[in-house]
Amino acid sequence: MDIENINIKSSIGVIGGIITSSESRRGILIPTLHKMQLENGYLPEDLLRLLSKKLSIPLAEIYSVASFYKQFHFTPRGKNIVRVCTGTACHVRGSAKVVDALQNRFNVKAGETTEDLKLTLETVGCVGCCGLAPVVTVNEGVVGAVGPKKLKGLIHDIEEGDDNGKS
Amino acid sequence: MEKVNSLEAFKNLQLLLKEETFKEGVPRLRTCTGTACMATGAQSVINKVEEEAAHSGKHIDIVKTGCQGFCQQGPVMKAEPYGYYYKQVRAADAHDIVGTTFSAGFPVRNLLYRDNILSEPKEIMETLPFYKKQMRVALHNNGLIDPRNINHYIAVGGYTALVKALETMTPEQVLDEVDKANLRGRGGAGFPAGEKWKHTKKAKSKIKLVIANGDEGDPGAFMDRSIMEGDPHGLIEGMLLCAYAIDAQYGFVYVRHEYPLAVVHLKLAIKQAEEMGLLGNNILGTGFSFTLDVREGAGAFVCGESTALIASMEGERGFPRPRPPRLSDIGGGAWGYPSNLNNIETFACVPHIISRGADWFKSIGTENSPGTKVFALTGKVKNTGLVEVPMGITLREIIFEIGGGILDGKKFKAVQTGGPSGGCLPEEYLDLSVDFDSLRKVGSMMGSGGMVVMDEETCVVDVAKFFLSFTKEESCGKCPPCRIGTYQMLEILKKITSGHGEPSDLDNLEQICRKVQKGSLCGLGQSAPNPILSTLKYFREEYEEHVHDKYCRAKVCSGLGTYSIDHSECFLCGLCKQACAFGAVKETRRSFFIDQDMCTKCKSCYMACPIGAVKVGKGTAKAARK
Ligand SMILES: Cc1cc2nc3c(=O)[nH]c(=O)nc-3n(C[C@H](O)[C@H](O)[C@H](O)COP(=O)(O)O)c2cc1C
Ligand code: SF4
Ligand code: SF4
Ligand code: FES
Repeated sequence: MDIENINIKSSIGVIGGIITSSESRRGILIPTLHKMQLENGYLPEDLLRLLSKKLSIPLAEIYSVASFYKQFHFTPRGKNIVRVCTGTACHVRGSAKVVDALQNRFNVKAGETTEDLKLTLETVGCVGCCGLAPVVTVNEGVVGAVGPKKLKGLIHDIEEGDDNGKS
Repeated sequence: MEKVNSLEAFKNLQLLLKEETFKEGVPRLRTCTGTACMATGAQSVINKVEEEAAHSGKHIDIVKTGCQGFCQQGPVMKAEPYGYYYKQVRAADAHDIVGTTFSAGFPVRNLLYRDNILSEPKEIMETLPFYKKQMRVALHNNGLIDPRNINHYIAVGGYTALVKALETMTPEQVLDEVDKANLRGRGGAGFPAGEKWKHTKKAKSKIKLVIANGDEGDPGAFMDRSIMEGDPHGLIEGMLLCAYAIDAQYGFVYVRHEYPLAVVHLKLAIKQAEEMGLLGNNILGTGFSFTLDVREGAGAFVCGESTALIASMEGERGFPRPRPPRLSDIGGGAWGYPSNLNNIETFACVPHIISRGADWFKSIGTENSPGTKVFALTGKVKNTGLVEVPMGITLREIIFEIGGGILDGKKFKAVQTGGPSGGCLPEEYLDLSVDFDSLRKVGSMMGSGGMVVMDEETCVVDVAKFFLSFTKEESCGKCPPCRIGTYQMLEILKKITSGHGEPSDLDNLEQICRKVQKGSLCGLGQSAPNPILSTLKYFREEYEEHVHDKYCRAKVCSGLGTYSIDHSECFLCGLCKQACAFGAVKETRRSFFIDQDMCTKCKSCYMACPIGAVKVGKGTAKAARK
């Protein structure tokens, strides 16, 4: 990501016209972190340093903001990001078992990435598909009503392919 | 797209679009493309229908709509002009849909909804039990139009309320109408929108903001998502009306990052509205200006709280702060500008109120809670999905008529309303009228409208533990009562569910609950004890069973009870022995039995037994050995 050339004025939008330039710089912090993470998969330290210079926000403060939010990560992530929903509906319909099965199969804990970077396993609060509970998302795709059979297929796909689950 | 420069020109455009779009009698398939239906293959059905139609030389107008609500039966679609409602459609059904329905006019029978295999199929959407009692206001356009197409929205009467307001009403009149309608905030607390708007309007600042709260962090809720995805223009129009009423120039939609499709649709809708001259400077040539932007959250439930949301928008950690100043005060809103924050569903109701009038709105629902409310009905009910019902409907009607009753013929146990800030209600309240005040009176809450149904196989203590682990995880940590209290409450619940509960735990738990309620700074901490307090109130005997008898009647909590095998049922398949990782299931020549000393109560054998011959009994292992 080309941090040097971020245009703060245009990134903040019209609201930039009525707030101070330091407020604008702060205001684009979170959207910029999102972009950075989209491109790199995580937030690399060197880029955060550059960003800190560009926005004149101390690095410690950038970390303090970024670490507050669950969506930001500071270490590389797996090729497949598998998120098991543990929201109420999914919980009631047995998502804990799905988490257990994936944890055992890939030998990672929720929130971790496998050593071969094949998979990052996470839990999420609710993906808003509760009607299909229990729900698992694989990268951008949503898999609903995950029972033993679907789970098996999912595990198989992750083990075999490397750009699967994009259905 | 050309900019529309006057109200007259817009009205002409609307007439034109009304005539051209959705012509009557045209064969049309309104296919749900909401997240759930897409996940179950709606796109491949669409492709195949298009292919089949082209093949047979028939033109079928396919409208890719937002979520139609009946997610669990997806993909769902409606065939017009017949009104047939199809569910669980597969690509392989495309041939029949084109041939049988669109060529011959008959329904495809195996795609119709039935209550069960023996009952007659229902052809028409509105006659399905799931839809019969519903009334769609906020979700009015979901299922009707393609959210990516502004022309569709206009063709079904969209932006008429805006035009009416700009042409015939002063800002005060718009505000009065909303105030008179007694529209109460749909985001949880039910605060009257009119009051809030008045307050922001009064603030002496040249610049004001309108913010829509699309954070929807409640687990088990997805109504705001479906509006943002399925009817973004409805939200925009509601925000425009608010901006006009309170004289605001800028607006933001704060959307949770986990809703990428909502972000895409909102951005597209904003762009289309700008191009048409419905957003931006000098809207429809009237001199009214309003600019709208989208901000994404980053995964923190507390950011749904109003002051935390502002902090997050400004690029800070999402810490709540004490009020006053309120958001509507100078110095309280984003960047200090007075800001009016409402929930997505709240805004989505506004255009309907303006175009049909406050009296119409008040004719729906109850006296103190007029209008409708969208619920995300989930859990152990037959029909899950989004339902919009008039307030005042009973829980029983929602769960047993719309929801079709409990899954697998099990017994109803409780319904959890209001998410982490709400509570669990037992059977005796099934006839309770659902509105803001009556729910609060019995210790629950409307919240954002999550409704999770539980059957006898759900353990209420486990559910309380679930919500507490959520709130503990999400507590921002700023104030100690919440940070430490949620941790302590969770520890006690863990102790109880793992079989180590002591009698004093229940009293301690109650005490901590009261203190956290009183001492916390924001709504998260203040409401965190609700799930515990309500379950303690209505299901105390189950807590006591956990503590005194080491028994979980729902058989959910592992670590409780004594496990044994009923030899009269057991047919010696040996699965329990395989399942037990601790070697506690022993085999003799004629039977399997469980060694109480080795059993860790992990429940594996109970889960493994295909016929339920493993029994979980009350009491301790010692008692079982005797
Ligand atoms: C911890 C917490 C989380 C909240 N999350 C949301 C949310 O996700 N969406 C929402 O609309 N309101 C949420 N609220 C309520 C908002 O603070 C605010 O009251 C609401 O958005 C106002 O809109 P309304 O008056 O239209 O309901 C939350 C409140 C608290 C205390
Ligand atoms: S009550 Fe909890 S979430 Fe709210 S400010 Fe205090 S610590 Fe943060
Ligand atoms: S799994 Fe059930 S039926 Fe099979 S041996 Fe064990 S107790 Fe008997
Ligand atoms: S609770 Fe799992 S998708 Fe909502």
